[in-house]
Amino acid sequence: MMVLGVSSVRAQEPPTPAKETEQMKAVPDMDHSQMDHSKMDHGAAPPPDPATLSDPGADSGMNHGSMQGGSAPPDARDPHAYSGGYTLDPARPLRMADEHNFHSLLVDRFERVRTRDNSSTEYDLQAWFGRNYDRVVLKAEGEADDGRIEDAHTELLWGHAVAAYWDTQVGVRYDSGKNPDRKWLAFGIQGLAPYWFEVDATAYVGESGRTALRLEAEYELLLTQKLVLQPRIEANFYGKRDAQRELGSGLSDLVLGLRLRYEIRREFAPYIGIERSGEFGGTADFARADGERTKETRFVAGLRFWF
Amino acid sequence: MKRIPKLLCGLPNLPRRRFIQGLAAGGVLLGVSPWLRPAWAQVTDTTTGSAPVLSGTEFDLTIAETPVNFTGRPRLATTINGSIPAPTLRWRQGDTITLRVTNRLPVDTSIHWHGILLPFQMDGVPGISFKGIAPGETFIYRFKVQQTGTYWYHSHSGMQEQTGMYGAIVIEPARGGPIRADRDYIVQLSDWTDEDPMRVLAKLKMQSDYYNFNQPTVVDFFRDAANDGVSAAMAKRRMWQQMRMNPTDLADVSAYTYTYLMNGTTPAGNWTGLFRPGEKIRLRFINSGAMTFFDVRIPGLKMTVIQADGQDVEPFTVDEIRIGVAETYDVIVAPKDDAYTIFAQSMDRTGHTRGTLAVRAGMTADVPAVDKPEPLSMGDMMGDMGGGMGGMDHSAHGGMAMDHSQHAMGAMTMGGGQVRARHARTEYGPGVDMRVDMPRTNLDDPGIGLRNNGRRVLTYADLHTIGGPLDRRGPEREIELHLTGNMERYTWSFDGLEFGKSTPVHFRHNERLRVILVNDTMMTHPMHLHGMWSELENPDGRFQIRKHVINVQPAQRVSFLVTADALGRWAWHCHLLLHMDAGMFREVVVA
Ligand SMILES: [Cu+2]
Repeated sequence: MMVLGVSSVRAQEPPTPAKETEQMKAVPDMDHSQMDHSKMDHGAAPPPDPATLSDPGADSGMNHGSMQGGSAPPDARDPHAYSGGYTLDPARPLRMADEHNFHSLLVDRFERVRTRDNSSTEYDLQAWFGRNYDRVVLKAEGEADDGRIEDAHTELLWGHAVAAYWDTQVGVRYDSGKNPDRKWLAFGIQGLAPYWFEVDATAYVGESGRTALRLEAEYELLLTQKLVLQPRIEANFYGKRDAQRELGSGLSDLVLGLRLRYEIRREFAPYIGIERSGEFGGTADFARADGERTKETRFVAGLRFWF
Repeated sequence: MKRIPKLLCGLPNLPRRRFIQGLAAGGVLLGVSPWLRPAWAQVTDTTTGSAPVLSGTEFDLTIAETPVNFTGRPRLATTINGSIPAPTLRWRQGDTITLRVTNRLPVDTSIHWHGILLPFQMDGVPGISFKGIAPGETFIYRFKVQQTGTYWYHSHSGMQEQTGMYGAIVIEPARGGPIRADRDYIVQLSDWTDEDPMRVLAKLKMQSDYYNFNQPTVVDFFRDAANDGVSAAMAKRRMWQQMRMNPTDLADVSAYTYTYLMNGTTPAGNWTGLFRPGEKIRLRFINSGAMTFFDVRIPGLKMTVIQADGQDVEPFTVDEIRIGVAETYDVIVAPKDDAYTIFAQSMDRTGHTRGTLAVRAGMTADVPAVDKPEPLSMGDMMGDMGGGMGGMDHSAHGGMAMDHSQHAMGAMTMGGGQVRARHARTEYGPGVDMRVDMPRTNLDDPGIGLRNNGRRVLTYADLHTIGGPLDRRGPEREIELHLTGNMERYTWSFDGLEFGKSTPVHFRHNERLRVILVNDTMMTHPMHLHGMWSELENPDGRFQIRKHVINVQPAQRVSFLVTADALGRWAWHCHLLLHMDAGMFREVVVA
């Protein structure tokens, strides 16, 4: 799960001037020969050689890998070098937004789920309160059937920014519902991977040596400015069999979903979607023993909203 | 704006056109029955349109909340003497003026005299120059007017500038100046939102592209794939996607919420300046927008720029001017026909405002369509690395025939004049989403959306302050600071440090220093140093122009000289209100 984070903060050797010059010289010819001026939309023409530019492994002076993340070289400037010993008064009355708390609640999924033999209501929300780099995060996800909570996972975390697009999160998770409750310590990473994948990966340690891992990724594909197709994948793993909660060890379940939403406003979007879910290994055995299906297709209709 | 009564919030959504074009009637509480009038609105409606003019040496200014209606939804504005724009102040060079500013708001306020040289205690930045003006209090500003030209003033407290607190300042020379015009009009541009500006900021913190409805879509992708082939269409998106950047990130706040105003008048209201054929008209353009760069032209008329930021420049004639937030440009035009449209479109091309120069009130001329937005180029992201490429930046060629000889030159200059940026160690943290190692130093780039549009667009390379620099000394010291941010988190900063984590920048009294700003973001930042002139240099280190605001384009490096002759504590910030508030702000101590 850390791989994504690492690639985004990958440090690159600074390019040598010689290489750049060469590269620059090479560009014009190459480019003009490829261009068909009559057909091209210049307002949106592709860059001369994006392959060279965007491949982090390419031996190119124009590698943009060094444009993001990485760690500071030893000769990096001291941002306080010009202060002449002056400091801001901690009691100063001037506070910009970086010293104000903001908050948000995003209900990513609030939906009615229908399968061949059942229907239920599911929710998946995330709220935060705090500042740019440190905030309290509440994540809650659950399923209700006939007005009763069947299964709920609620997490209270401390989020801390570690890179431009990544936050680490530590805290607790509480599982409740019809089965016995479980408490976990949680450690995870949440952020935006290259190509705009929203990734949330959290590892858990519970009582009696229980461990778990949850991976979730979402992508937003803009069909139009307001019509958004959202593929989503979620997988859960458990380190140890938990008969009371009918969980086997290893991969317990995997859900692939596709939701199509229309943003009436940015913060208010109804959607419909389809999901394919499966239970695996020991968890699937428990389900079969209960006479339940282990793979199913679900139809969902719901609302995404935030404020 | 903070206390909009519930009653008013429930009004039905009105046609979108009304938001963009506004109501013809502008500021009045049109169509709202008296019982809807809240009890606090004892004062009369805000006056809009051309501001009242106050002149002399003694001024009384009262700040209050007054009702306005630009879009069909009544709102409360924060106003000075009940008008938007605030009264035009006419001062005379050499006079000592007294301004009594009374706060009738329930919160603190302030007025900053933008671009004016004065003792720092009179500069009006709460928390830096003074305490601010508490509710019910009157603060007396008094200073001697040293300069001449077109300036403006605005609140430096909270979001009050966005909600109406801005006005023009015209300073006459002690003895008549060299430029004579038959008429003299202020054209003050601004942006109005019915939303609470703090709410706008909060939304951007949650979704930084909230106001951008010009994002690349699947439909665009298929169109590109059909035109240029699948691999070219993929390539076009690949780098942006990989870097998690958006090539259409041209403005944080768009016409989705903004109604653009000219002299406090909506486009539908059509502010009009009258003339007689054959007259020379001086137009004093002031960008008092909170977040909007305006591209201004008058179809059918050439504009001769005679002043920039209040300072006389060698006259230069152009078709179009991009006016950064807080910049001022004085131009001379000589209209012959009956009517001309003064057209000001927002840099992101989501909207415009307009007015008319006409021989009779009520006349109009054709209003051009807003241009198509142009996506940011590689050069806008990578500076000379991509831009040079760049020199050959193809997205810069908006459909015009390509000039290959120019490309070759671009590539050549790159070999020689490249400058490597020196990043601060704090730029490697979570507050910074990109860094440019090889920034471009070109001042002759009109910027995104204006490159090769077939019109002669003003650039900084065209401007030369008459008389040269104020101080002939070379720099004794260099200060390099980087303009940084993280679009996804919507944080803005210098060197990756927001104001709260920064330390002041110390200028030694009377030293001459070179300030280097490198823009490590994809947005243009209008950088404003209070209290002292910023004397912009060209890439060869020769004096170019004296300014109080310097636009730094994406992946660009600019340098300017400052004479630290103004003792005290000063503000230095990006003049995009939300960038400033998000942290692109430093204190400067001259001691
Ligand atoms: Cu800015």
